[in-house]
Amino acid sequence: MTQLHNMTVAQLAQTLQTKQASAVEVATAFLARAGGNPHHAFLDIDSEVTLAQAQASDARIAAGTAGALEGVPIAHKDVFVTRDFATTAGSKILSGYRSPFDATVVQKLGAGVNGQGGAGMVSLGKLNCDEFAMGSSNENSAYGAVTNPWDTSRVPGGSSGGSAAAVAARLAPAATGTDTGGSIRQPASFCGITGIKPTYGRASRFGLIAYASSLDQAGPMARSAEDCALILSAMCGPDLDRDATSLDVPAENFCAKLGDSLSGLRIGIPQEFFGEGLAADVRTAIDAALKTLEAQGAKLVPITLPRTELAIPVYYIIAPAEASSNLSRFDGVKFGHRASAYTDLVSMYKQTRAEGFGEEVKRRIMTGAYVLSHGYYDAYYLQAQKIRRMIADDFQRAFADCDVIAGPVAPTVAWMLGHNASDPLADYLADIFTLPASLAGLPGMSVPVGFGEGGMPVGLQLIGNYLQEARLLNVAHQYQLATDHHLQQPEGI
Amino acid sequence: MSLNDQDIRRIANLARLALQPEEQERMRHKINDFFGIVEQIRAVDTTGVLPMAHPVDAMQGAHIELRLRPDVASEPNQREANQRSAPAVERGLFLVPKVIE
Amino acid sequence: MTAPKLVQGYEVVIGFETHAQLSTKSKIFSRASVAFGAEPNTQACAVDMALPGTLPVMNIGAVERAIEFGLGVNAHIAERSIFARKNYFYPDLPKGYQISQFEIPVVQGGEVSFFLEVGKETVHKTVRLERAHLEEDAGKSLHEDFVGQSGIDLNRAGTPLLEIVTQPDMRSSEEAVAYAKELHKIVTWIGICDGNMQEGSFRCDANVSVRKPGAPLGTRREIKNLNSFKFMQQAIDYEVRWQIDQLEDGHAIEQATVLFDPDTGETRAMRTKEDAADYRYFPDPDLPPLVIGRDWVERVRSEMAELPRVMAERFVKDYALPEYDATQLTQSKATAAYFEATAQACGQPKLASNWIMGEVSRRLNAAELGFDQLPVSAAQLGAMIARIQDSTINNNSAKQVFEALWNQEGEVDAIIASKGLKQMNDTGELEKIIDDVLAANPKNVEEFKAGNAKALNGLVGPIMKASKGKANPAQVNELLMKKLS
Repeated sequence: MTQLHNMTVAQLAQTLQTKQASAVEVATAFLARAGGNPHHAFLDIDSEVTLAQAQASDARIAAGTAGALEGVPIAHKDVFVTRDFATTAGSKILSGYRSPFDATVVQKLGAGVNGQGGAGMVSLGKLNCDEFAMGSSNENSAYGAVTNPWDTSRVPGGSSGGSAAAVAARLAPAATGTDTGGSIRQPASFCGITGIKPTYGRASRFGLIAYASSLDQAGPMARSAEDCALILSAMCGPDLDRDATSLDVPAENFCAKLGDSLSGLRIGIPQEFFGEGLAADVRTAIDAALKTLEAQGAKLVPITLPRTELAIPVYYIIAPAEASSNLSRFDGVKFGHRASAYTDLVSMYKQTRAEGFGEEVKRRIMTGAYVLSHGYYDAYYLQAQKIRRMIADDFQRAFADCDVIAGPVAPTVAWMLGHNASDPLADYLADIFTLPASLAGLPGMSVPVGFGEGGMPVGLQLIGNYLQEARLLNVAHQYQLATDHHLQQPEGI
Repeated sequence: MSLNDQDIRRIANLARLALQPEEQERMRHKINDFFGIVEQIRAVDTTGVLPMAHPVDAMQGAHIELRLRPDVASEPNQREANQRSAPAVERGLFLVPKVIE
Repeated sequence: MTAPKLVQGYEVVIGFETHAQLSTKSKIFSRASVAFGAEPNTQACAVDMALPGTLPVMNIGAVERAIEFGLGVNAHIAERSIFARKNYFYPDLPKGYQISQFEIPVVQGGEVSFFLEVGKETVHKTVRLERAHLEEDAGKSLHEDFVGQSGIDLNRAGTPLLEIVTQPDMRSSEEAVAYAKELHKIVTWIGICDGNMQEGSFRCDANVSVRKPGAPLGTRREIKNLNSFKFMQQAIDYEVRWQIDQLEDGHAIEQATVLFDPDTGETRAMRTKEDAADYRYFPDPDLPPLVIGRDWVERVRSEMAELPRVMAERFVKDYALPEYDATQLTQSKATAAYFEATAQACGQPKLASNWIMGEVSRRLNAAELGFDQLPVSAAQLGAMIARIQDSTINNNSAKQVFEALWNQEGEVDAIIASKGLKQMNDTGELEKIIDDVLAANPKNVEEFKAGNAKALNGLVGPIMKASKGKANPAQVNELLMKKLS
């Protein structure tokens, strides 16, 4: 039998259902690996809580009331609020915060509502991330950077860096992430794992600490498309009572179409994704992957997404604008950090927020407040909202000629820790290929397709039309049946 | 377009952020760098384009409408749990420095 | 329209912003109860406290009530309206922004009409509404109990409000109060607000400015939270005098928000939030556009109770009442119902109207009772009016009958009998009295025949007296004339 920590989610589910291993045994194996917190991937671990959940899973398995993924471990990005673990969103301002409730996604993947209707996964704890999910390298976490399991001198990507590192280093078979401008796809690409961001509104945002409300979307990060499909099936579904933007679309079994053939599939290749900005090593890996897909029967169709470059300013206006408002509730009154020294109410606010927020968060709050402020709204925010629609329309034109769109996730492989520290703009520019789909609210995923400079993983981005997650997962799965890049693992595991 | 110190101070006050002088200076430089790439959007002709506030708005068929819930009061009193992480509470009230009106 | 009355040569200009608390069971964006007076923060759920990860979900009850109001004031109900975030920091504002409506409100336009007494005459006034929009209320800051600190209670946070904004159409504190009373009548009549001003369910802010006639609008000061009609008038009158004094002393008026202090009877400027000007409104990404189909509006219309305005029109049409009577009788549902029952009982709408607006109201006011507590039933009043109509009693006797009814002394006819109030309609008996009086007052007879009409009163008085007030005045005149000509 493969070692438990090397099993995929699918294999673990099988092992648990056939009682070859108990949920407690599985949980114990992963807790052991997470000991010492390698790569600084975790922000909160509590083996008592985890083992208690595992025992409950074993009881449900014994009682024959097991959920779809009963007993399989998962860890959650720290922007999902949890009752049993601390929730900080990677920020000092929420240091030690305990939510009185679980996020809908955590509930659905876990034991459900009072032990009913959940997938039954066991939570290993909370994963490190950029503060309030603002960043592309995980270096913006108030609790320290995460290192990339493939090369600890490099970043794991962000903002779901802890999630990506934990899965790549086999500290967890799967993790949740959130993607606002690429925060699932880019770290998945940097760490050689598979991750998918579903259509905006597919997974509930209730209990997801808001960064940019019109862009935030939760999704799974795991080792294969099949694992992502299993978890996504359990994560999605309407949350009509708690999230007004949750789509009223029935939960779907995303595994149903994994086996479909790719013959006749039209893959759109946006020319804008293959300009000088794209590093040669990444391009080589992407081209090879596209050749493989062609060999599997897909047709490559050249398409254009003419406003790709505009996605950067548009995103970095809209996201900070929403963030500046979403983060106003962190004021030292109802929860979280309050400064110890202040003279009056206003200084309490200012000191608390100055101490509680990191520099990048402050910068985005400032930028956002500025573009919304009197006299600038029309020129920046409103103009960005209009271009956002043009970008969405560009995608609809493109999807007239193709079924899915393929290209790189990021222009380069994972960069060195501290490389962009002095230059946040470089981080912004590196998001260029993931931002357009985010602005349009489209599903997108990252699939490992080889290695580039320094032996670092390269991810292929697949973008589908609205609600076409099953199609993306089908393409990724067929590719993974024909290749073994997703099976590679960092040394020393 | 470039922000000066006064702009930065004004926005910092709006956003209730106390900035140290050097932090404020760094902030000004980086935000101005950022606006360097933002300026290009002003050149885009968006005549007749509706602003898109909700991504689902662009979803074919689905013209997004606000979903309404029935008028039912069903929340139990969970003051204790809800105030568990509050910095200062007395007799169920959140305490803050005196509010002057 | 009469020309606006001037104060020391200045024209007063007043606009209103009224926050009506909507009578829903739960809050506008959460399932917490809106019941008044609970222990601090026991009715503030995770959403109301803005705990991380919470999201707003809109209450259909608040939307229904906004539609009802729009229909009640002949406004346009927007097919598509937008919720926006109004960003500012304040301890009673848990999210650091208030969810409100900014560019596209749910209710657009509309008007409120009413009568008011100006000197002797009754003037009909119409105030145009600009808009009414849905928004959430803030919590409360309590300053008393804590030294150097304030306590924050978020029970009220998230209570649904309808903010009703007028055009600057009012020209005096009297008009302002009359408008506020009429608006209060409308929202309580259609039942979207309990109207309890002490508990803050109906809060008025008055924007007051003064100008020389024909000059552009002056700078306005906003008087906040006027929670009684009495204070409303005092506050506006004080503010108007204060502004005129400032201008007369050569000072400019600075835009400000002021509070009225009932103890001193003065208004004082509030500490101004220096950045209050920049709320950074933007569409709330958590709340898609509110879409209200025509079919929904029509359903609400069909289910709504008859509006006071419509009912008054019906009274004019069906009962041939003057517009003024009709409006007065539709001040409350109870008054209107009492009038209709009485009118039907006696078949004399105008007489019923006169009695209800006259004696009945006078008695009620004296006893500080409402029409729902009136001891005289509509059937009784109707029966009494019928007796006036068929000349069984005259108006003097009727007042005594009403008094008796009020004191529960029995039914109309029994009272008339027991008190011997039946009008004397027997000519023989009356002629005898008249002859005696004429004989006893030759002087008056002379004077009358000499052309002094007044002298007649000197005869009628004694006749009525001799008949113990039971003579039919009309008949007395008739017979007198016959005998004197």
